[in-house]
Amino acid sequence: MKKKKDTFINMVVSLFAITIIAGFSLGFVNELTVGPIEKGKIERKVNALKQVLPEFDNNPVDEIQLVKSEFAKDSVEVYPAFKNNEFVGAAIIGSTEKGFSGLIKIMVGFTPDGNIKNIAVLEQKETPGLGTKMKDEKYLAQYREKNPSTFNLKVTKDGGEVDALTGATITSRAFGEAVQMAYDEFIKNNDALKELKN
Amino acid sequence: MDYIIILIAAVFVNNIVLAQFLGICPFLGVSSKVSTSVGMSGAVLFVMTLATMVTYLLHEFILVPAGLDYLRTITFILVIAALVQMVEIILKKVSPPLYQALGVFLPLITTNCAVLGVAILALGLDGGSLLKAVFFAVSNSIGFALALIVFASIREHLELANIPKGMKGVPINLLVAGLLSLAFLGFTGLV
Amino acid sequence: MAEKVNQTQNFLKGIVKDNPVFVMLLGMCPTLGVTSSAFNGLGMGVATLFVLLMSNIVVSLVKTQIPSKVRIPAFIIVIASFVTIVEMVLEAFIPFLYEQLGIFIPLIVVNCLILGRAEAFASKNNILSSIVDALGMGLGFVIALTALGAVREILGSGSIFEFKFVAEDANTFILFILPPGAFIALAYLSVLFNKISIKTT
Repeated sequence: MKKKKDTFINMVVSLFAITIIAGFSLGFVNELTVGPIEKGKIERKVNALKQVLPEFDNNPVDEIQLVKSEFAKDSVEVYPAFKNNEFVGAAIIGSTEKGFSGLIKIMVGFTPDGNIKNIAVLEQKETPGLGTKMKDEKYLAQYREKNPSTFNLKVTKDGGEVDALTGATITSRAFGEAVQMAYDEFIKNNDALKELKN
Repeated sequence: MDYIIILIAAVFVNNIVLAQFLGICPFLGVSSKVSTSVGMSGAVLFVMTLATMVTYLLHEFILVPAGLDYLRTITFILVIAALVQMVEIILKKVSPPLYQALGVFLPLITTNCAVLGVAILALGLDGGSLLKAVFFAVSNSIGFALALIVFASIREHLELANIPKGMKGVPINLLVAGLLSLAFLGFTGLV
Repeated sequence: MAEKVNQTQNFLKGIVKDNPVFVMLLGMCPTLGVTSSAFNGLGMGVATLFVLLMSNIVVSLVKTQIPSKVRIPAFIIVIASFVTIVEMVLEAFIPFLYEQLGIFIPLIVVNCLILGRAEAFASKNNILSSIVDALGMGLGFVIALTALGAVREILGSGSIFEFKFVAEDANTFILFILPPGAFIALAYLSVLFNKISIKTT
């Protein structure tokens, strides 16, 4: 085959053809993947919810409550959980910008009396090997079954009851702050949540 | 206040070259002399700011409303490539001295991942606005310039040093970059 | 016979003589940016290999149809399309890897390795040679990234491919999974590579 000449028509036609083909094939792949991407996102959210909440039989993702809050830039996400139409707890997204490398986003599950059921880390950019240990069982276990009304969420250095991660005091402080924020939101909205099913 | 944090974060804490590893090619490639690294920094400042402005508007007002978000990568790289060409042509006509200073670096910028990287990162800024995106681009190019010029001046001194044979060239440069990056690591937690 | 030897050499050059990372210094950004673990390095390497292979195939197929003045933009469109496909497929089916690699997936577009091979090799050679070239170069890239990732993971987290061989709370050289460690580990790896490749050739 001979090489196409550098005429204006040739250049325009070939570039146009390539762009059209590229555009259509990308649109096609997008059609194929857009479903699984959405499904994956919801699945991860549901998995986190299952981790932090007591057993539930409703769909908290559908019943999400967005609450205005003075602590967060946007509204706070609250996921209420019910079993046999009875309020069994709620998961609340707590976040803070005060982590060692900025944003830390966690999901805290509470039982109706305000006890922390479990915590899942959703987003963080902390130092690998130091701050990232907040995902470890050993650290998270300190918070479980504790009620922030009697349990001081601050690290021991600041007069609280949480052992900070070795070498990551700033991360631990920020983490406690995010839990506190989630708790404050929970207490503020607890009564309203209980009323939801009635 | 927001803007001061963006500036400090981009220049020191999350330095685009030494902490985020964007723009490593020019960082290693055109850093043998301070004078060339100043020229390259100027060209990057120019193109990065312009490119971020154009891609931000394009993304906000065409791609997102049309639901074509997935064409982001392909449109951004084409915009950057076209922009570099245009800047080159315009500079040649309008300001020959500036073209003399930046001209040779312009073609290299299309494949500088810092430009595309910043254009994409600027979309994810908290409470984004055009002004913020452009300011973010300017801050990052200052960070790029700082890293590049400091690195180039160290390399000029390395010329005179007695380096073991196996370490000459790439390895010693990488090692110096590593130490620089270590120094910048000290800024973490500043904001 | 001559043809066959040629192809073997064509394949091997990407791994040793012209290794994209250690010798040609191409694609340094992802090399340093995502190699905090062996698995991430491998994932990035394979994603790049795929884009390189597909773009080499397409470029070598359409090379006669593209006027030479517009070849660079045409190549960029081809590469960017495949990168977008990789991005979407990863997000849909391997979201874990997609989050780990982050911004470096779209940045495969500006990996000089891919445009470089399209321009320097695929636009001048037939399809078979282009495939072999892409496989060799891509594999060289995969090996380099996985090796760097493995070294950093072993030193920095005391594990390899997520398999931990030190106690859970043992102290490791955290420096190596932090940014400076990337530069330092690559510096010593390239010293080692130079030494080995000088001996073998």
